[in-house]
Amino acid sequence: MKNWLDRYWNGRSAVIGAPYLWLLVFFLLPFLILIKYSVSEMDAVRPKDLLHFKDGLLQLTIKLSNYVFITQDDLYFKTYLASLKYAAATTFFCLLIGYPFAYFMARARSTVQPALLMLVMLPFWTSFLLRVYAWKGLLSTNGWVADLIIGSGLDQVLAALGVITAPGKLMNTPFSLVLGMTYTYLPFMILPLYGNLSKMDLRLLEAAQDLGATPWTAFWTVTVPLSKAGIIAGSMLVFIPCVGEYVIPELLGGPETLMTGRVMWDELFSNNDWPLASTLAVVMILLIIVPLALFNKYQAESQERRK
Amino acid sequence: MQAFLKIEGLTKEFDGYKAVNNVSLDIEKGEIFALLGSSGCGKSTLLRMLAGFEEPTSGRIVLDGQDLAHVPPYKCPINMMFQSYALFPHLTVWDNIAFGLKREGMPADGIDERVNAMLKLVQLEKFAKRKPHQLSGGQQQRVALARSLAKRPQLLLLDEPLGALDKKLREETQIELVNIIEKVGVTCVMVTHDQEEAMTIASRIAVMSEGRFLQVGKPSEIYETPATRFVADFIGNVNLMDGTVTSDLPDHVVIDSADCKHYVGHGITGTEGMAVTVALRPEKIHLARQKPADDFNTTQGTIKEMSYFGSFTIYQLELPSGARLKVSLSNTQRHRDDEFTWGDAVWAHWSRSAHVVLTR
Repeated sequence: MKNWLDRYWNGRSAVIGAPYLWLLVFFLLPFLILIKYSVSEMDAVRPKDLLHFKDGLLQLTIKLSNYVFITQDDLYFKTYLASLKYAAATTFFCLLIGYPFAYFMARARSTVQPALLMLVMLPFWTSFLLRVYAWKGLLSTNGWVADLIIGSGLDQVLAALGVITAPGKLMNTPFSLVLGMTYTYLPFMILPLYGNLSKMDLRLLEAAQDLGATPWTAFWTVTVPLSKAGIIAGSMLVFIPCVGEYVIPELLGGPETLMTGRVMWDELFSNNDWPLASTLAVVMILLIIVPLALFNKYQAESQERRK
Repeated sequence: MQAFLKIEGLTKEFDGYKAVNNVSLDIEKGEIFALLGSSGCGKSTLLRMLAGFEEPTSGRIVLDGQDLAHVPPYKCPINMMFQSYALFPHLTVWDNIAFGLKREGMPADGIDERVNAMLKLVQLEKFAKRKPHQLSGGQQQRVALARSLAKRPQLLLLDEPLGALDKKLREETQIELVNIIEKVGVTCVMVTHDQEEAMTIASRIAVMSEGRFLQVGKPSEIYETPATRFVADFIGNVNLMDGTVTSDLPDHVVIDSADCKHYVGHGITGTEGMAVTVALRPEKIHLARQKPADDFNTTQGTIKEMSYFGSFTIYQLELPSGARLKVSLSNTQRHRDDEFTWGDAVWAHWSRSAHVVLTR
């Protein structure tokens, strides 16, 4: 016993152990409670315990009907799908805007790079809520971004694409939602991409050009494949929180953009159905864990390859 | 007849600083030419201009009659083997070699054939499916060579081709590299700071300093008849002695330096009383216990330092004036009865043709 203590109880295990303890107490334990709620029966105000002791009988009640229920009502399926769809669209636009941004940032003169990096992080100094609220004003009638879009006739295009309900109406549409989420999550795409691209060996691009690749081909055959890890990291950082996003859809979204976060809120606070809300949360976490596991697997493989 | 590669008055300025200063050079087809110099001498800038990565400030690069000074790198019929190779880490050995051929739009079976031929040339057939990081340094070097030769370039550029290898491997690879280049028959310009590398690989060498060529010639010419003090000092080991010409005749000259009178067995372009430098290679000097019969080309000294290199030993003699003289003796026998050692008073002497008289 003493040997075991000597071996494992040292500064090193304390440093590693502390964050794991944190995750255990504040992530794993709540998650288990969530799972417990999702299979409980509802009392008047709060879920019942799973174990009952009555008339000398110890009863364990596990109610799985919520899991069955959410597959039967297509509202839930649709909101999950909407969540994944809008998260995917946001990730796509973040990548579309963030990649060139990170690329030119990484290729900028090394003296201006810290300043550019600072500018990317600067929005974090203002409250997130305030920044999302600002978009409400900008996109509403007479907001200057709205004026710009309507003035240029771009709203006709957006309406034709079906991302706004009618020309001239920009707020509370899929357009305003994805715009708000892209705006908010863009730095999470840029930072890992920048980290990855700034470390790239530029001689590889010279080698590609020397072998006959135009700068454009060199970009697609060398830069992009080598920044795969950055693309995946950035996409995960955007996609995962977007799936469960509640505040932005609430402020900028509309009736068509019902997402999981909103449904969960309704089940918990309006319907007071804790088990159903918990079930929705558990399923959402599973939906996110699958891509995350894939990401980790990829990371581990590329680590392995680098050795 | 015009030279295969002709460089005319090539200059490259960076913010007013001339990294390459008005150099001209003719290279014949099939030559292996080395640009030799210490870091910052402009050799890499010159190579990068040949590859198309740097635009010359002025001057022309003409390859086989075609002016290349302003052609972008991806259109030059020139390929380069990069320093520390710059292999694509995300591609296999096979795909690294095929990269240039794919950009050319070569049909798939043509690529197959060419890549396999290249792999055979550098003896890496078994490693086609490996990624660069799974190869040793020597194997990576061969992949880089195969990749740069795959497009059958008219001119091959080598940037410190053996710089990343350790000494033992470098010697083996030198020979292999020359064999491969000669088998392919490609004209080659290499850049190196390693004089041994330049001398063993190249058929001609240009010694560079501060953006200019100091001397261009065969390795033996550069070593045995350096044109300037800098070249003599830069290539190999040398003793430099300042002196004055006291007798200038068509068939010989006598030069007085601090510790001895030099009798040089050939005429020089100079006059009596002119200040010159006598360069003397350590291996051209002999040591003896007794004073030699000749009064010229000899000096007394005391052995102060000995450095044993295995096949030879370098002795440092302190001369009467306090100057040091380096003498290299071949260790032809395992044991000598009368070995020189620290503190021995000895006579150094050398032949009448051993010196090089430098006026610059």
